[in-house]
Amino acid sequence: MNKIPAETWVEIEQVILTPAQRAPSVPDDTRATPYVRRISGFLAAPAEVGAEATIRTLIGRTLTGTLRTVNPSYSHSFGETVPELLRIGLGGQA
Amino acid sequence: MSRDMSYAAVMARKNEIMKASLGIDFSAYEQSPVRFDYEKMMRDTGFTLEELVRIQRETKVGDTPLFELRNLTEAVRKISAPGKGATILLKDEAANASGSFKARRAAISCYEAKRRGFAGVATATSGNYGAAVASQAAQRGLKCIVLQEVYDSRGVGQPEIVEKGRKCEAFGAEVHKLTVGPELFYVMLTTLEETGFFNASLYTPFAIRGIETLGTEIAAQVRARYNRDPDAVIVTHAGGGNLTGTARGLLTAGAAKTRVIACSVDLSGLHMASDRDFNRKSFTTGHTGFGVPFATWPDRTDVPRNAARSMRYMDEYRLVMQGEVFYITELLAKLEGIERGPAGNTSLTAAVAIAREMDRDKIVVVQETEYTGAGKHHNSQLAFARSMGIEVRRGDPRENVPGKNIVIPERLDQVAGHDQPLDKLRVSYLKNAAKILPAASWSPEDKAFLAADVKKDSAWLDSVLPQLKA
Repeated sequence: MNKIPAETWVEIEQVILTPAQRAPSVPDDTRATPYVRRISGFLAAPAEVGAEATIRTLIGRTLTGTLRTVNPSYSHSFGETVPELLRIGLGGQA
Repeated sequence: MSRDMSYAAVMARKNEIMKASLGIDFSAYEQSPVRFDYEKMMRDTGFTLEELVRIQRETKVGDTPLFELRNLTEAVRKISAPGKGATILLKDEAANASGSFKARRAAISCYEAKRRGFAGVATATSGNYGAAVASQAAQRGLKCIVLQEVYDSRGVGQPEIVEKGRKCEAFGAEVHKLTVGPELFYVMLTTLEETGFFNASLYTPFAIRGIETLGTEIAAQVRARYNRDPDAVIVTHAGGGNLTGTARGLLTAGAAKTRVIACSVDLSGLHMASDRDFNRKSFTTGHTGFGVPFATWPDRTDVPRNAARSMRYMDEYRLVMQGEVFYITELLAKLEGIERGPAGNTSLTAAVAIAREMDRDKIVVVQETEYTGAGKHHNSQLAFARSMGIEVRRGDPRENVPGKNIVIPERLDQVAGHDQPLDKLRVSYLKNAAKILPAASWSPEDKAFLAADVKKDSAWLDSVLPQLKA
Protein backbone atom coordinates (compact mmCIF):
# COMPACT_ATOMS: atom_id res chain seq x y z
CA MET A 1 0.00 0.00 0.00
CA ASN A 2 1.62 3.19 -1.20
CA LYS A 3 -0.76 6.03 -0.55
CA ILE A 4 -0.01 9.41 -2.06
CA PRO A 5 -0.34 12.13 0.61
CA ALA A 6 -3.19 14.62 0.55
CA GLU A 7 -2.47 18.00 -1.11
CA THR A 8 -0.09 16.39 -3.64
CA TRP A 9 -0.50 17.78 -7.19
CA VAL A 10 -1.96 14.88 -9.23
CA GLU A 11 -3.88 14.04 -12.40
CA ILE A 12 -7.06 11.97 -12.44
CA GLU A 13 -8.75 10.28 -15.37
CA GLN A 14 -12.47 9.82 -15.99
CA VAL A 15 -14.22 7.76 -18.65
CA ILE A 16 -17.01 10.11 -19.71
CA LEU A 17 -18.56 7.93 -22.40
CA THR A 18 -17.92 4.24 -23.09
CA PRO A 19 -17.62 3.21 -26.77
CA ALA A 20 -21.32 2.26 -26.73
CA GLN A 21 -22.36 5.67 -25.34
CA ARG A 22 -20.47 7.80 -27.88
CA ALA A 23 -22.08 10.29 -30.27
CA PRO A 24 -23.72 8.82 -33.36
CA SER A 25 -21.55 10.94 -35.66
CA VAL A 26 -18.07 9.71 -34.65
CA PRO A 27 -16.02 7.77 -37.21
CA ASP A 28 -15.44 4.05 -36.61
CA ASP A 29 -11.82 4.30 -35.42
CA THR A 30 -12.85 6.83 -32.78
CA ARG A 31 -15.96 4.84 -31.77
CA ALA A 32 -13.77 1.89 -30.84
CA THR A 33 -12.32 3.94 -27.97
CA PRO A 34 -13.88 5.44 -24.81
CA TYR A 35 -14.18 9.23 -24.43
CA VAL A 36 -11.73 10.11 -21.66
CA ARG A 37 -10.97 13.24 -19.63
CA ARG A 38 -7.90 14.03 -17.53
CA ILE A 39 -7.81 16.86 -14.99
CA SER A 40 -5.12 17.97 -12.55
CA GLY A 41 -5.60 19.19 -9.00
CA PHE A 42 -4.58 18.84 -5.36
CA LEU A 43 -5.38 15.43 -3.86
CA ALA A 44 -8.18 15.88 -1.32
CA ALA A 45 -7.37 12.75 0.72
CA PRO A 46 -4.58 10.13 0.56
CA ALA A 47 -5.10 7.71 -2.35
CA GLU A 48 -3.23 5.09 -4.36
CA VAL A 49 -2.29 5.36 -8.01
CA GLY A 50 -4.90 3.43 -10.01
CA ALA A 51 -7.57 3.82 -7.32
CA GLU A 52 -10.44 6.28 -7.05
CA ALA A 53 -9.34 9.70 -5.86
CA THR A 54 -10.83 13.13 -5.28
CA ILE A 55 -9.06 16.34 -6.23
CA ARG A 56 -9.54 20.05 -5.65
CA THR A 57 -8.85 21.91 -8.89
CA LEU A 58 -7.09 25.24 -9.37
CA ILE A 59 -10.47 27.00 -9.13
CA GLY A 60 -11.51 25.04 -6.03
CA ARG A 61 -13.93 22.54 -7.56
CA THR A 62 -14.01 18.97 -6.24
CA LEU A 63 -13.83 16.17 -8.82
CA THR A 64 -13.42 12.40 -8.60
CA GLY A 65 -11.71 9.94 -10.94
CA THR A 66 -8.94 7.36 -11.18
CA LEU A 67 -5.61 8.61 -9.84
CA ARG A 68 -3.27 8.44 -12.81
CA THR A 69 -0.18 10.60 -12.34
CA VAL A 70 1.62 12.12 -9.37
CA ASN A 71 3.11 15.57 -9.97
CA PRO A 72 2.02 15.68 -13.63
CA SER A 73 4.37 17.87 -15.63
CA TYR A 74 4.89 19.22 -19.11
CA SER A 75 7.75 17.85 -21.17
CA HIS A 76 6.92 19.21 -24.62
CA SER A 77 9.96 20.71 -26.27
CA PHE A 78 11.34 22.14 -29.50
CA GLY A 79 11.71 18.58 -30.80
CA GLU A 80 14.62 16.76 -32.35
CA THR A 81 16.60 18.66 -34.97
CA VAL A 82 14.87 18.87 -38.34
CA PRO A 83 17.76 19.18 -40.81
CA GLU A 84 15.40 20.30 -43.60
CA LEU A 85 14.87 23.63 -41.78
CA LEU A 86 18.50 24.48 -41.08
CA ARG A 87 19.54 25.91 -44.45
CA ILE A 88 16.44 28.01 -45.15
CA GLY A 89 17.16 31.74 -45.43
CA LEU A 90 20.89 31.54 -44.63
CA GLY A 91 22.77 34.69 -45.61
CA GLY A 92 19.49 36.54 -46.04
CA GLN A 93 18.67 34.56 -49.19
CA ALA A 94 15.10 33.38 -49.68
CA MET B 1 -35.12 13.84 -9.49
CA SER B 2 -31.63 13.62 -10.97
CA ARG B 3 -31.17 14.78 -14.51
CA ASP B 4 -30.51 12.38 -17.37
CA MET B 5 -26.84 12.86 -18.28
CA SER B 6 -26.79 10.59 -21.35
CA TYR B 7 -25.42 12.07 -24.56
CA ALA B 8 -28.83 12.30 -26.22
CA ALA B 9 -30.58 13.80 -23.16
CA VAL B 10 -27.96 16.52 -22.60
CA MET B 11 -27.91 17.45 -26.29
CA ALA B 12 -31.70 17.75 -26.17
CA ARG B 13 -31.33 20.34 -23.37
CA LYS B 14 -28.75 22.39 -25.25
CA ASN B 15 -30.93 25.41 -26.01
CA GLU B 16 -31.98 25.96 -22.39
CA ILE B 17 -28.41 25.42 -21.16
CA MET B 18 -27.02 27.92 -23.65
CA LYS B 19 -29.69 30.49 -22.88
CA ALA B 20 -28.90 30.35 -19.16
CA SER B 21 -25.14 30.49 -19.75
CA LEU B 22 -25.16 33.43 -22.16
CA GLY B 23 -28.11 35.55 -21.14
CA ILE B 24 -29.01 35.87 -24.82
CA ASP B 25 -32.39 34.73 -26.07
CA PHE B 26 -31.42 33.80 -29.62
CA SER B 27 -35.03 33.04 -30.50
CA ALA B 28 -35.72 36.79 -30.40
CA TYR B 29 -33.67 37.18 -33.59
CA GLU B 30 -35.15 34.30 -35.56
CA GLN B 31 -37.23 35.40 -38.56
CA SER B 32 -37.66 32.11 -40.44
CA PRO B 33 -35.96 28.70 -40.31
CA VAL B 34 -33.15 30.06 -42.54
CA ARG B 35 -33.11 33.75 -41.60
CA PHE B 36 -32.34 35.81 -38.50
CA ASP B 37 -31.62 39.46 -37.72
CA TYR B 38 -27.82 39.31 -37.64
CA GLU B 39 -27.18 43.04 -37.38
CA LYS B 40 -29.64 43.46 -34.51
CA MET B 41 -27.99 40.60 -32.65
CA MET B 42 -24.62 42.35 -33.06
CA ARG B 43 -26.02 45.78 -32.10
CA ASP B 44 -27.69 44.42 -28.99
CA THR B 45 -24.28 43.75 -27.45
CA GLY B 46 -24.55 47.46 -26.71
CA PHE B 47 -20.86 48.38 -26.96
CA THR B 48 -19.57 51.34 -28.96
CA LEU B 49 -16.17 51.02 -30.61
CA GLU B 50 -14.72 53.37 -27.99
CA GLU B 51 -16.06 51.14 -25.20
CA LEU B 52 -14.54 48.03 -26.80
CA VAL B 53 -11.17 49.79 -26.95
CA ARG B 54 -11.41 50.98 -23.33
CA ILE B 55 -12.34 47.51 -22.02
CA GLN B 56 -9.47 45.90 -23.92
CA ARG B 57 -6.91 48.47 -22.73
CA GLU B 58 -7.85 47.65 -19.12
CA THR B 59 -6.61 44.08 -19.61
CA LYS B 60 -3.53 44.48 -21.85
CA VAL B 61 -5.23 43.95 -25.19
CA GLY B 62 -4.91 45.88 -28.46
CA ASP B 63 -2.78 48.75 -29.78
CA THR B 64 -0.34 46.16 -31.15
CA PRO B 65 2.49 47.16 -33.52
CA LEU B 66 2.20 47.04 -37.31
CA PHE B 67 5.56 46.08 -38.84
CA GLU B 68 6.70 46.54 -42.41
CA LEU B 69 8.49 43.33 -43.45
CA ARG B 70 11.14 45.08 -45.54
CA ASN B 71 13.43 42.15 -46.22
CA LEU B 72 10.65 39.71 -47.06
CA THR B 73 9.04 42.31 -49.36
CA GLU B 74 12.40 42.75 -51.13
CA ALA B 75 12.77 38.97 -51.48
CA VAL B 76 9.31 38.76 -53.05
CA ARG B 77 10.13 41.60 -55.47
CA LYS B 78 13.23 39.73 -56.64
CA ILE B 79 11.09 36.80 -57.82
CA SER B 80 8.20 38.95 -59.16
CA ALA B 81 7.58 40.31 -62.65
CA PRO B 82 8.77 43.92 -63.20
CA GLY B 83 6.60 46.39 -61.28
CA LYS B 84 5.11 43.67 -59.09
CA GLY B 85 5.61 42.90 -55.40
CA ALA B 86 3.35 44.72 -52.93
CA THR B 87 4.62 45.89 -49.53
CA ILE B 88 3.88 43.28 -46.84
CA LEU B 89 2.85 44.53 -43.39
CA LEU B 90 2.42 42.36 -40.29
CA LYS B 91 0.11 43.15 -37.36
CA ASP B 92 1.94 41.77 -34.32
CA GLU B 93 -0.95 40.35 -32.34
CA ALA B 94 1.45 38.21 -30.31
CA ALA B 95 1.87 41.41 -28.24
CA ASN B 96 -1.58 40.91 -26.65
CA ALA B 97 -1.74 39.65 -23.05
CA SER B 98 -2.00 35.93 -23.89
CA GLY B 99 0.12 36.01 -27.05
CA SER B 100 -2.52 36.05 -29.77
CA PHE B 101 -5.42 38.06 -31.22
CA LYS B 102 -7.79 35.77 -29.31
CA ALA B 103 -7.32 38.07 -26.31
CA ARG B 104 -9.55 40.56 -28.14
CA ARG B 105 -12.45 38.10 -28.15
CA ALA B 106 -11.87 36.92 -24.61
CA ALA B 107 -11.60 40.47 -23.24
CA ILE B 108 -15.17 41.36 -24.13
CA SER B 109 -16.59 37.96 -23.11
CA CYS B 110 -14.97 38.13 -19.68
CA TYR B 111 -15.98 41.76 -19.17
CA GLU B 112 -19.57 40.81 -19.98
CA ALA B 113 -19.47 37.76 -17.69
CA LYS B 114 -18.23 39.91 -14.81
CA ARG B 115 -20.79 42.65 -15.50
CA ARG B 116 -23.61 40.10 -15.42
CA GLY B 117 -22.41 38.65 -12.12
CA PHE B 118 -21.25 35.21 -13.25
CA ALA B 119 -18.72 33.54 -10.91
CA GLY B 120 -16.74 32.07 -13.76
CA VAL B 121 -16.38 31.41 -17.47
CA ALA B 122 -16.05 28.19 -19.44
CA THR B 123 -14.87 27.60 -22.98
CA ALA B 124 -14.27 24.61 -25.24
CA THR B 125 -11.21 25.12 -27.42
CA SER B 126 -7.86 23.53 -28.12
CA GLY B 127 -6.59 26.79 -29.52
CA ASN B 128 -5.11 30.06 -28.31
CA TYR B 129 -8.56 31.14 -27.22
CA GLY B 130 -8.34 28.98 -24.08
CA ALA B 131 -5.24 30.80 -22.90
CA ALA B 132 -6.88 34.10 -23.85
CA VAL B 133 -9.97 33.40 -21.73
CA ALA B 134 -7.80 32.15 -18.85
CA SER B 135 -5.67 35.30 -19.01
CA GLN B 136 -8.65 37.65 -19.17
CA ALA B 137 -10.53 35.73 -16.44
CA ALA B 138 -7.49 36.01 -14.17
CA GLN B 139 -7.46 39.79 -14.65
CA ARG B 140 -11.22 40.12 -14.03
CA GLY B 141 -11.24 37.88 -10.94
CA LEU B 142 -13.32 35.16 -12.61
CA LYS B 143 -12.90 31.40 -12.28
CA CYS B 144 -12.09 29.69 -15.57
CA ILE B 145 -12.57 26.22 -17.07
CA VAL B 146 -11.04 25.30 -20.44
CA LEU B 147 -12.03 22.12 -22.26
CA GLN B 148 -9.45 20.87 -24.75
CA GLU B 149 -9.28 18.04 -27.25
CA VAL B 150 -5.68 17.00 -26.54
CA TYR B 151 -5.05 13.28 -26.85
CA ASP B 152 -5.61 10.40 -29.20
CA SER B 153 -6.74 7.12 -27.60
CA ARG B 154 -3.11 6.17 -26.87
CA GLY B 155 -2.72 9.31 -24.78
CA VAL B 156 -0.44 10.97 -27.33
CA GLY B 157 -0.96 14.74 -27.36
CA GLN B 158 -0.25 17.19 -30.17
CA PRO B 159 2.70 19.22 -28.78
CA GLU B 160 1.05 22.50 -29.75
CA ILE B 161 -2.15 21.68 -27.86
CA VAL B 162 -0.18 20.41 -24.86
CA GLU B 163 1.55 23.80 -24.77
CA LYS B 164 -1.76 25.64 -24.92
CA GLY B 165 -3.02 23.55 -21.99
CA ARG B 166 0.07 24.45 -20.00
CA LYS B 167 -0.55 28.13 -20.64
CA CYS B 168 -4.16 27.88 -19.44
CA GLU B 169 -3.02 26.27 -16.18
CA ALA B 170 -0.32 28.93 -15.85
CA PHE B 171 -3.13 31.51 -15.69
CA GLY B 172 -4.94 29.48 -13.00
CA ALA B 173 -7.59 27.76 -15.12
CA GLU B 174 -9.02 24.27 -14.55
CA VAL B 175 -8.10 22.43 -17.76
CA HIS B 176 -10.02 19.38 -18.96
CA LYS B 177 -7.82 17.34 -21.28
CA LEU B 178 -10.01 15.19 -23.50
CA THR B 179 -9.52 12.52 -26.13
CA VAL B 180 -10.59 12.99 -29.75
CA GLY B 181 -14.26 13.43 -30.52
CA PRO B 182 -17.13 15.81 -31.20
CA GLU B 183 -18.44 15.05 -27.70
CA LEU B 184 -16.42 18.05 -26.51
CA PHE B 185 -19.67 19.97 -26.93
CA TYR B 186 -21.49 17.46 -24.70
CA VAL B 187 -18.88 17.98 -21.97
CA MET B 188 -19.21 21.75 -22.41
CA LEU B 189 -22.96 21.54 -21.84
CA THR B 190 -22.59 19.35 -18.73
CA THR B 191 -19.91 21.72 -17.39
CA LEU B 192 -22.11 24.77 -17.89
CA GLU B 193 -24.99 22.96 -16.19
CA GLU B 194 -22.85 21.91 -13.22
CA THR B 195 -21.15 25.26 -12.66
CA GLY B 196 -23.59 27.91 -13.84
CA PHE B 197 -20.62 29.64 -15.48
CA PHE B 198 -20.80 32.03 -18.44
CA ASN B 199 -20.37 30.38 -21.85
CA ALA B 200 -17.33 32.23 -23.19
CA SER B 201 -17.92 30.73 -26.61
CA LEU B 202 -15.74 31.79 -29.51
CA TYR B 203 -18.87 32.57 -31.48
CA THR B 204 -20.96 34.92 -29.35
CA PRO B 205 -21.68 38.47 -30.52
CA PHE B 206 -19.43 39.70 -27.65
CA ALA B 207 -16.46 37.66 -28.87
CA ILE B 208 -16.82 38.75 -32.48
CA ARG B 209 -17.32 42.42 -31.64
CA GLY B 210 -14.06 42.23 -29.67
CA ILE B 211 -12.18 41.53 -32.92
CA GLU B 212 -13.56 44.63 -34.62
CA THR B 213 -10.85 46.69 -32.94
CA LEU B 214 -8.27 44.70 -34.92
CA GLY B 215 -9.80 45.95 -38.17
CA THR B 216 -10.08 49.55 -37.02
CA GLU B 217 -6.48 49.56 -35.74
CA ILE B 218 -5.16 48.22 -39.06
CA ALA B 219 -7.02 50.93 -41.01
CA ALA B 220 -5.78 53.68 -38.69
CA GLN B 221 -2.16 52.48 -38.63
CA VAL B 222 -1.90 52.03 -42.41
CA ARG B 223 -3.49 55.44 -43.03
CA ALA B 224 -1.20 57.17 -40.56
CA ARG B 225 1.96 55.74 -42.09
CA TYR B 226 1.12 55.36 -45.79
CA ASN B 227 -1.71 57.87 -46.27
CA ARG B 228 -4.00 55.27 -47.81
CA ASP B 229 -6.10 52.22 -47.04
CA PRO B 230 -4.63 48.72 -47.25
CA ASP B 231 -5.37 47.06 -50.60
CA ALA B 232 -5.73 43.61 -49.09
CA VAL B 233 -5.95 42.18 -45.58
CA ILE B 234 -5.17 38.48 -45.30
CA VAL B 235 -6.78 36.53 -42.49
CA THR B 236 -6.02 33.00 -41.32
CA HIS B 237 -9.41 31.33 -41.43
CA ALA B 238 -10.84 28.53 -39.30
CA GLY B 239 -14.09 29.13 -37.41
CA GLY B 240 -14.64 32.48 -39.15
CA GLY B 241 -14.47 34.87 -36.19
CA ASN B 242 -11.12 36.38 -37.06
CA LEU B 243 -12.25 37.22 -40.58
CA THR B 244 -15.72 38.42 -39.56
CA GLY B 245 -14.53 40.71 -36.77
CA THR B 246 -11.60 42.14 -38.71
CA ALA B 247 -13.74 42.82 -41.79
CA ARG B 248 -16.44 44.47 -39.68
CA GLY B 249 -13.78 46.68 -38.11
CA LEU B 250 -12.40 47.66 -41.52
CA LEU B 251 -15.92 48.60 -42.62
CA THR B 252 -16.49 50.60 -39.41
CA ALA B 253 -13.29 52.50 -40.24
CA GLY B 254 -14.56 53.16 -43.76
CA ALA B 255 -12.01 50.93 -45.52
CA ALA B 256 -14.71 49.54 -47.79
CA LYS B 257 -12.43 48.92 -50.77
CA THR B 258 -9.92 46.77 -48.89
CA ARG B 259 -10.10 43.18 -50.11
CA VAL B 260 -10.54 40.66 -47.31
CA ILE B 261 -8.77 37.44 -48.20
CA ALA B 262 -9.14 34.24 -46.17
CA CYS B 263 -6.33 31.73 -45.96
CA SER B 264 -6.27 28.18 -44.57
CA VAL B 265 -3.84 25.29 -44.58
CA ASP B 266 -5.11 22.66 -47.01
CA LEU B 267 -5.73 19.48 -45.00
CA SER B 268 -8.21 17.93 -47.40
CA GLY B 269 -8.46 14.18 -46.99
CA LEU B 270 -8.00 14.11 -43.21
CA HIS B 271 -11.05 13.48 -41.01
CA MET B 272 -11.21 15.95 -38.12
CA ALA B 273 -12.96 13.58 -35.69
CA SER B 274 -10.75 10.61 -36.50
CA ASP B 275 -8.64 9.16 -33.67
CA ARG B 276 -6.03 8.09 -36.26
CA ASP B 277 -5.92 11.31 -38.32
CA PHE B 278 -5.84 13.56 -35.23
CA ASN B 279 -2.07 13.41 -34.82
CA ARG B 280 -1.25 13.13 -38.51
CA LYS B 281 -1.83 16.84 -39.10
CA SER B 282 0.67 19.48 -38.02
CA PHE B 283 -1.79 22.37 -37.75
CA THR B 284 -4.34 22.38 -34.98
CA THR B 285 -6.35 25.26 -36.45
CA GLY B 286 -6.35 27.65 -39.40
CA HIS B 287 -6.93 24.67 -41.67
CA THR B 288 -9.61 23.55 -44.12
CA GLY B 289 -10.99 21.02 -41.62
CA PHE B 290 -12.57 24.01 -39.86
CA GLY B 291 -12.38 26.69 -42.54
CA VAL B 292 -14.55 25.00 -45.15
CA PRO B 293 -17.35 23.59 -42.96
CA PHE B 294 -17.64 26.84 -40.97
CA ALA B 295 -17.76 28.91 -44.16
CA THR B 296 -20.42 26.71 -45.73
CA TRP B 297 -22.51 26.52 -42.54
CA PRO B 298 -21.58 28.80 -39.62
CA ASP B 299 -24.40 27.60 -37.34
CA ARG B 300 -22.61 24.42 -36.24
CA THR B 301 -21.16 25.72 -32.98
CA ASP B 302 -21.84 25.92 -29.26
CA VAL B 303 -24.27 28.84 -29.76
CA PRO B 304 -27.58 28.64 -31.64
CA ARG B 305 -26.64 31.46 -34.00
CA ASN B 306 -23.01 32.04 -34.85
CA ALA B 307 -21.89 35.68 -34.85
CA ALA B 308 -18.90 34.64 -36.99
CA ARG B 309 -20.23 34.58 -40.56
CA SER B 310 -17.13 34.59 -42.70
CA MET B 311 -18.76 34.31 -46.14
CA ARG B 312 -20.56 37.62 -45.51
CA TYR B 313 -17.20 39.37 -45.64
CA MET B 314 -14.86 37.15 -47.68
CA ASP B 315 -13.64 38.38 -51.08
CA GLU B 316 -11.21 35.55 -51.84
CA TYR B 317 -10.00 32.29 -50.24
CA ARG B 318 -6.46 31.01 -50.63
CA LEU B 319 -5.18 27.63 -49.49
CA VAL B 320 -1.56 26.88 -48.63
CA MET B 321 0.23 23.61 -47.89
CA GLN B 322 1.77 22.72 -44.51
CA GLY B 323 5.29 22.65 -45.98
CA GLU B 324 4.86 26.16 -47.41
CA VAL B 325 3.94 27.57 -44.00
CA PHE B 326 6.93 25.92 -42.30
CA TYR B 327 9.22 27.40 -44.96
CA ILE B 328 7.83 30.92 -44.48
CA THR B 329 7.99 30.56 -40.68
CA GLU B 330 11.71 29.83 -40.93
CA LEU B 331 12.19 32.67 -43.41
CA LEU B 332 10.44 35.13 -41.06
CA ALA B 333 13.04 34.33 -38.42
CA LYS B 334 16.02 34.49 -40.75
CA LEU B 335 15.02 37.58 -42.77
CA GLU B 336 12.94 39.60 -40.32
CA GLY B 337 14.45 38.61 -36.99
CA ILE B 338 11.22 37.57 -35.29
CA GLU B 339 9.93 34.13 -34.32
CA ARG B 340 6.17 33.70 -34.42
CA GLY B 341 3.73 30.78 -34.28
CA PRO B 342 1.85 28.92 -36.99
CA ALA B 343 -1.52 30.75 -37.13
CA GLY B 344 -0.32 34.12 -38.40
CA ASN B 345 2.32 32.50 -40.56
CA THR B 346 -0.45 30.76 -42.49
CA SER B 347 -1.75 34.10 -43.79
CA LEU B 348 1.84 35.34 -44.18
CA THR B 349 2.42 32.43 -46.57
CA ALA B 350 -0.58 33.46 -48.66
CA ALA B 351 0.60 37.08 -48.48
CA VAL B 352 3.89 36.15 -50.18
CA ALA B 353 2.01 34.60 -53.10
CA ILE B 354 -0.54 37.43 -53.28
CA ALA B 355 2.01 40.28 -52.97
CA ARG B 356 3.88 38.75 -55.89
CA GLU B 357 0.82 39.20 -58.11
CA MET B 358 0.12 42.78 -56.98
CA ASP B 359 1.71 46.05 -58.10
CA ARG B 360 4.61 47.40 -56.06
CA ASP B 361 2.70 50.42 -54.81
CA LYS B 362 0.02 48.23 -53.19
CA ILE B 363 -0.13 47.21 -49.55
CA VAL B 364 -1.07 43.81 -48.13
CA VAL B 365 -1.57 43.33 -44.40
CA VAL B 366 -1.09 40.04 -42.58
CA GLN B 367 -3.45 40.73 -39.73
CA GLU B 368 -2.13 38.52 -36.93
CA THR B 369 0.82 36.79 -35.36
CA GLU B 370 0.84 34.43 -32.39
CA TYR B 371 3.51 33.53 -29.85
CA THR B 372 5.73 30.53 -30.41
CA GLY B 373 7.90 28.35 -28.17
CA ALA B 374 8.18 24.75 -27.00
CA GLY B 375 5.42 22.68 -28.59
CA LYS B 376 4.26 25.46 -30.92
CA HIS B 377 7.56 25.97 -32.72
CA HIS B 378 7.70 24.68 -36.30
CA ASN B 379 10.71 22.50 -35.46
CA SER B 380 8.63 20.91 -32.71
CA GLN B 381 5.72 20.36 -35.13
CA LEU B 382 7.92 18.81 -37.81
CA ALA B 383 9.80 16.57 -35.37
CA PHE B 384 6.44 15.34 -34.05
CA ALA B 385 5.14 14.73 -37.57
CA ARG B 386 8.22 12.69 -38.38
CA SER B 387 7.74 10.63 -35.20
CA MET B 388 4.16 9.91 -36.36
CA GLY B 389 5.48 8.45 -39.61
CA ILE B 390 4.93 11.53 -41.79
CA GLU B 391 7.63 11.97 -44.45
CA VAL B 392 9.38 15.36 -44.19
CA ARG B 393 11.53 16.56 -47.11
CA ARG B 394 12.46 19.55 -49.27
CA GLY B 395 10.95 19.76 -52.73
CA ASP B 396 8.02 21.06 -54.74
CA PRO B 397 5.21 21.97 -52.31
CA ARG B 398 2.66 20.80 -54.85
CA GLU B 399 3.70 17.28 -53.85
CA ASN B 400 2.31 17.79 -50.31
CA VAL B 401 -0.24 15.12 -49.34
CA PRO B 402 -1.85 15.89 -45.94
CA GLY B 403 -1.35 13.06 -43.46
CA LYS B 404 1.32 11.42 -45.64
CA ASN B 405 4.11 13.91 -46.19
CA ILE B 406 5.24 17.50 -45.63
CA VAL B 407 7.20 18.92 -48.55
CA ILE B 408 9.09 22.11 -47.64
CA PRO B 409 9.79 24.37 -50.65
CA GLU B 410 13.36 24.72 -51.87
CA ARG B 411 12.89 28.30 -53.05
CA LEU B 412 10.58 31.25 -52.36
CA ASP B 413 9.18 31.18 -55.91
CA GLN B 414 7.66 27.76 -55.16
CA VAL B 415 5.41 29.30 -52.47
CA ALA B 416 2.23 29.77 -54.45
CA GLY B 417 -0.71 28.40 -52.56
CA HIS B 418 -3.85 27.73 -54.56
CA ASP B 419 -7.31 29.21 -54.92
CA GLN B 420 -10.43 27.85 -53.23
CA PRO B 421 -13.26 28.95 -55.56
CA LEU B 422 -15.78 30.91 -53.49
CA ASP B 423 -18.86 30.26 -55.63
CA LYS B 424 -18.53 26.55 -54.94
CA LEU B 425 -18.59 27.27 -51.18
CA ARG B 426 -21.52 29.66 -51.62
CA VAL B 427 -23.56 26.97 -53.34
CA SER B 428 -22.62 24.51 -50.55
CA TYR B 429 -23.91 27.04 -48.03
CA LEU B 430 -27.22 27.29 -49.91
CA LYS B 431 -27.48 23.50 -50.06
CA ASN B 432 -27.05 23.40 -46.28
CA ALA B 433 -29.79 26.02 -45.90
CA ALA B 434 -32.05 23.96 -48.17
CA LYS B 435 -31.66 21.02 -45.78
CA ILE B 436 -33.36 23.16 -43.13
CA LEU B 437 -36.01 24.71 -45.40
CA PRO B 438 -36.42 23.57 -49.02
CA ALA B 439 -35.39 26.27 -51.49
CA ALA B 440 -38.87 26.28 -53.03
CA SER B 441 -40.19 27.62 -49.69
CA TRP B 442 -37.69 30.51 -49.38
CA SER B 443 -39.42 33.90 -49.25
CA PRO B 444 -37.92 36.96 -50.98
CA GLU B 445 -36.66 38.06 -47.53
CA ASP B 446 -35.09 34.64 -46.94
CA LYS B 447 -33.31 34.87 -50.29
CA ALA B 448 -32.04 38.36 -49.54
CA PHE B 449 -30.63 37.18 -46.19
CA LEU B 450 -29.04 34.01 -47.60
CA ALA B 451 -27.49 35.97 -50.48
CA ALA B 452 -26.10 38.61 -48.09
CA ASP B 453 -24.75 35.83 -45.88
CA VAL B 454 -22.45 34.83 -48.79
CA LYS B 455 -21.76 38.42 -49.98
CA LYS B 456 -24.05 38.19 -53.01
CA ASP B 457 -27.47 39.51 -54.05
CA SER B 458 -30.83 37.86 -54.70
CA ALA B 459 -30.31 37.90 -58.49
CA TRP B 460 -27.16 35.80 -58.06
CA LEU B 461 -29.00 33.45 -55.73
CA ASP B 462 -31.77 32.96 -58.31
CA SER B 463 -29.15 32.23 -60.96
CA VAL B 464 -27.62 29.35 -58.96
CA LEU B 465 -30.88 27.82 -57.72
CA PRO B 466 -30.79 25.13 -60.45
CA GLN B 467 -27.47 23.92 -59.01
CA LEU B 468 -29.10 23.16 -55.65
CA LYS B 469 -31.03 20.30 -57.19
CA ALA B 470 -27.80 18.71 -58.42
